[in-house]
Amino acid sequence: MKNEKILNFAIRFGFLILLVGLVLYFSLSASGFASPRSAAFILQSVAITGILALGVTCTLVVDGFDLSIGSVATTSLMLSAYAMVILEMSAFSAVMLCLLMGAVVGLINGLLIVKFKVPDLLATLGMMFLLIGLQRIPTQGNSIATGMKLPDGSVAEGAFSQAFLWLGRHRFDLVVERLVPVPVVIFLVTALAIYVFLELTRHGRLMYAIGSNERAAALVGANVNRYKIAAYMISGVTASIGGILLAARLGRGDIASGNNLLLDSVAAALIGFAVLGAARPNAFGTAVGALFVGILLQGLTMMNAPYYTQDFVKGAVLVIALVFTFYLSAKRGAGGKT
Amino acid sequence: MKACEIRGLEKSFGRNHVLRGIDLDLGAGEVTVLMGANGAGKSTLVKILCGFQGANAGTMTLEGRPYSPADAADAISCGVVTVHQSIDDGVIPDLDVATNLMLNRLTEQGAGLMVRDRALRIAARKVADNMGLDLDVRARVSDLSVADRQMIAIARAMAYEPKVLILDEPTSSLSASEADRLFALLDRLRDQGVAILYISHRMSDIRRIADRIVCMRDGRISGVFDQAPLDYDGAVTAMLGHKMTEVDIEVVSGGPAILEVDQVLLDGSDTPVSFSAHDGEVVAITGLLGSGKSQLADMIFGQKPVRAGQLRIDGQPYRPASAAQAVAAGVFMSSKDRSTNAVIPDFDIANNMTLPFLGSFSRLSLLSKRKQRGAATDMIKQIGVKCQSDQDGIGTLSGGNQQKVMIGRWLLEDSRVLLLDEPFQGVDIGARRDIGRHIRATAKGRATLVFAAELDEALEIADRIIVLHEGAIVGTHENSNIDLDALIAQVSGAKDARIQAN
Repeated sequence: MKNEKILNFAIRFGFLILLVGLVLYFSLSASGFASPRSAAFILQSVAITGILALGVTCTLVVDGFDLSIGSVATTSLMLSAYAMVILEMSAFSAVMLCLLMGAVVGLINGLLIVKFKVPDLLATLGMMFLLIGLQRIPTQGNSIATGMKLPDGSVAEGAFSQAFLWLGRHRFDLVVERLVPVPVVIFLVTALAIYVFLELTRHGRLMYAIGSNERAAALVGANVNRYKIAAYMISGVTASIGGILLAARLGRGDIASGNNLLLDSVAAALIGFAVLGAARPNAFGTAVGALFVGILLQGLTMMNAPYYTQDFVKGAVLVIALVFTFYLSAKRGAGGKT
Repeated sequence: MKACEIRGLEKSFGRNHVLRGIDLDLGAGEVTVLMGANGAGKSTLVKILCGFQGANAGTMTLEGRPYSPADAADAISCGVVTVHQSIDDGVIPDLDVATNLMLNRLTEQGAGLMVRDRALRIAARKVADNMGLDLDVRARVSDLSVADRQMIAIARAMAYEPKVLILDEPTSSLSASEADRLFALLDRLRDQGVAILYISHRMSDIRRIADRIVCMRDGRISGVFDQAPLDYDGAVTAMLGHKMTEVDIEVVSGGPAILEVDQVLLDGSDTPVSFSAHDGEVVAITGLLGSGKSQLADMIFGQKPVRAGQLRIDGQPYRPASAAQAVAAGVFMSSKDRSTNAVIPDFDIANNMTLPFLGSFSRLSLLSKRKQRGAATDMIKQIGVKCQSDQDGIGTLSGGNQQKVMIGRWLLEDSRVLLLDEPFQGVDIGARRDIGRHIRATAKGRATLVFAAELDEALEIADRIIVLHEGAIVGTHENSNIDLDALIAQVSGAKDARIQAN
């Protein structure tokens, strides 16, 4: 009985306690870790992956998976650059174009899965490939920047507008001057919106029902197909938001950036399973999962851990989180029955 | 001669006593048909025989020698071969016929590293010829019909020279002509002296193949029939049981007709089905597996198109294309087989219960947990769900209480037509009474249709009982002083009973 209580406690709060312990440890051993600037830096470093992870969380909720988010983000990065630098569109139209692209990609993913019965992993894997290739075609594989030479010999005259760059570079004042970057605000707002949608609305509840028992959900009259497509569209839109913010931060259409986005964001969503013993995809957990990775990496960097150990650390965190989720909850489940 | 003797076999899963002392003999060269309703323990018995599970008590002998298989492979090498209900467990669809027929050779000790396809095909053709199978051994199994796949599974089984062959509902996915091929094959095996245990609900199959009928009910053998001519009605009685129930029904004839089923054709039948269900009335539709009960339920709930005929609700034509449309029209259905069709395992009681009507518990799509919990708590009290609170995980409840939640789900809002498909599946008698009482108490204002194979269940809840057999209505009874013999004869499809009904 006592063991069971400890186990339950560990499953529920273990990960959060680990997070607090980590923060305390780094605060004591790395000078400058516990400062507003450092906190803002951590948030900024996880904002874009976090936004993508929130989208993938929605697809996980309906028992799907979206592998195309990384490439949707980089496509959105290239598309925004192309729209502004070569087509000389305004910041607003560029952003709208990217969001539309994300929604359309999500719609196609959803239709492939729902109507053409392609398994989710394969459909989105195919879409990932397609987008990686597609984003290179208009510029013949080059990055996009003002003054670049175009295939017809002319020079690209457009530029990233200030309004667009504001999205990636402006910092709001909070306690300290120029502290909180816009992407962090967008990350927090997205997290709140996805949380409210999944946890508090009936649509979110039905999506969880679909993920848990699709047939039962259909038999109470839920439109399973529509909800699944919606999940992929949300995922596509959030991924394109991530790409826009990345473009705004970089200020150019860099063909090589965003390589790690997919793995990092999927890891954050999966780590989220372990938070509060949810054992299922959830928005709060995803946000905490993204933060956890950010804090760990920032702390280790400040303690002079070399950059090339980063992926190893992320992998280790993910494995530990998965053990938390699946092994311990399975144990709890078995304990509950006897 | 006895090929297999079973004595005092017992098996329980936790508190659930599934087999309560089974004594059964299987004669060589004889087809023994095993009948039993869902949950009678047939599958468990088969699993023990074919080595998937061990028994808690009891002995089995095979041709006089003790038989206790360690696992499925051991059972096969002892000569007990099973063809399972879902045929794709028995064959590998992506490989060709030859490989499928010879699969066991590949796992034998001492089989060579390389597969010699030519030799394999020659050996396979020999096996096929012995069985009278006319198949291209190079064909991929996934391209074959279900019957052919089944033949292959059986043919492969024959390579072990089985003493006992077990077939679990083998005709459930076969057409009539395919089934005939299977029966011809079984006749051959019977002549070769194989003891065959044939599990089925289908009376037409049983009439065709049975030498002997054994009935199971609640984990016991409830009847053995081996005198020719076989007493089929007796067998159905023994399977379904009808110890006159203690529940007294005050029959209500009901108000105006709500649901009208007009000249609807069910699969496998040329006789259209027509009946109506009235306001305040509880109608039970009974019949064996394959009688068309579930089909009819699916049609009314928009899961299956109505091919011929018409459904009407309150006189208006009603053609639902989906569950959502059915629910919108006020037709609710509690599906059979709750674990696949109804329970959301991740949700607690309150969320499971309120799932169909989340719209009523939310404003601007935002759910009100307070309203959800309030409604759930009320329903828990009304229908008597045993739980700590409405926030218990659904998985912590017993089967009966889970079923109460699933039925309570559809009582939260008023319906015009309430369909309950096998509402008492895997439900203990206490919960069954609770559910039945509550359904009858709330029956006013809607028409209620209960689809149940077990006669006891139908007798306990209904004002009127409609009997289906092979897609046609063969009898309708007011539930007072019912002539049980006639009812059972109709369920089992006896010819003279059908003439009476018509």
